[in-house]
Amino acid sequence: MSSEIAFTFDGAPMTAADGQSIAGALIGSGIMSWRRTRFDDQPRGVFCGIGACFDCLVTVNDEPNVRACLAQVCEGDRVMRQEGTGYGA
Amino acid sequence: MIADVVVIGAGIVGACCARACALAGLDTVLVDRGAVASGTTGAGEGNILVSDKEPGPELDLALLSRQLWAEMAGELGDSFELDPKGGLVVAARSETLDHLRDFARAQADSGVIAEEVAASALPDHEPHISPDLAGGVYYPQDMQVQPMLAAARIIEAGVATGRLRVITGCDVTAIDRDSSGAVSGVRTSGGAIATRAVVNAAGTWGGEVAALAGVDLPILPRRGFILVTEPLPVMVRHKVYAADYVANVASDSAGLETSAVIEGTMSGTVLIGASRERVGFDKTLDWAVVRRLARQAIEIFPFLAEVQLLRTYGGFRPYCPDHLPVIGPDARVPGLLHACGHEGAGIGLAAATGVLIAESIIGASTSLDLAPFAPERFEVSRVL
Repeated sequence: MSSEIAFTFDGAPMTAADGQSIAGALIGSGIMSWRRTRFDDQPRGVFCGIGACFDCLVTVNDEPNVRACLAQVCEGDRVMRQEGTGYGA
Repeated sequence: MIADVVVIGAGIVGACCARACALAGLDTVLVDRGAVASGTTGAGEGNILVSDKEPGPELDLALLSRQLWAEMAGELGDSFELDPKGGLVVAARSETLDHLRDFARAQADSGVIAEEVAASALPDHEPHISPDLAGGVYYPQDMQVQPMLAAARIIEAGVATGRLRVITGCDVTAIDRDSSGAVSGVRTSGGAIATRAVVNAAGTWGGEVAALAGVDLPILPRRGFILVTEPLPVMVRHKVYAADYVANVASDSAGLETSAVIEGTMSGTVLIGASRERVGFDKTLDWAVVRRLARQAIEIFPFLAEVQLLRTYGGFRPYCPDHLPVIGPDARVPGLLHACGHEGAGIGLAAATGVLIAESIIGASTSLDLAPFAPERFEVSRVL
């Protein structure tokens, strides 16, 4: 059995399987949507799941626009819901 | 089906032609083998520029078209992101700046507003621009639109007149001519349309449509790629490009040419161009082009080095040997008109092109002399 990784999502403690993507870990915890669109305020989560659509963006350790479907969870990652462009506007 | 006019091609030029014809009272049908804006219109940046054009017929056309775009935006309720952002052309070296200054002075005689910007004043226009530039020229008349949205809205406005029908996913397979040689109709994968006027607005594919009517039109593809960054807060305010862009546009080289063109969009992404290559209709992504475009853009806006690219897209500019579009009636085939070959300036030149085509069809005097854009001009040069 793979070991567990600890990370946080919006400050809340979470766990993921070693090697899991951020999106996989969030969906595994029952979180299906983690971003809202900038203009129409619509919910977004995983759409394509292969890095093409840029719908699943999160901010990881203060770096915005990380694709949750591609990024692997690392021990201690601080994953945040992204507001707007992620650059404070 | 019967129509006064059939416009072939639902890109921005076809959209403007179709609306102008409908407004002129003509019963108009617009056909496209794909969807609206599925060709070059959907593969560009949406530029409406006067800054990159040397004095002459294309600049006169651009100035008229710019004014018509502004009017159209007012009539259609600003529904396609028309942004009068202005253009800033920058030079890295003082010799290039000298050329740029001379170019701008010549343009001013044709009615272009151009303001020289000293190196020390560049940050007033663009706060994030490189400090290593020699200076630039600001062109307040340059504008941008969202070209796909514009094509769709202009077509909708045409349909709203009650005199425009649109048929997409429909291949034109033949252009019929009567015993006198004049156009009598078009045949399509969706049936025949009887008409006395056909407008070839097929852009890069305009040569194929001309061939259906039995005439030669030397329009060839000139490939370009554009890079798209992640959405950002406003970092680039104008269309900013390197002075060597103008030389690249006018060049006759078949090899790869790139010059930095950078601009923000209303959705927050930054678009980075521009490359030019004559490689036929090959759309394969070329990483060497992507790297060169990125490097040149970073030289002008160093912050871009830390920004992610989301994607790239590419398309084919329709170019003619003399870099001028083909606009107006074809003397070789009565009833056939062309509105294509606008190279990389099709969005900007579309509004005037549409009006000139409608004026030609109803027999009115045209707003500009069409002689420099005559379809037969290539035949003459070949005989000589």
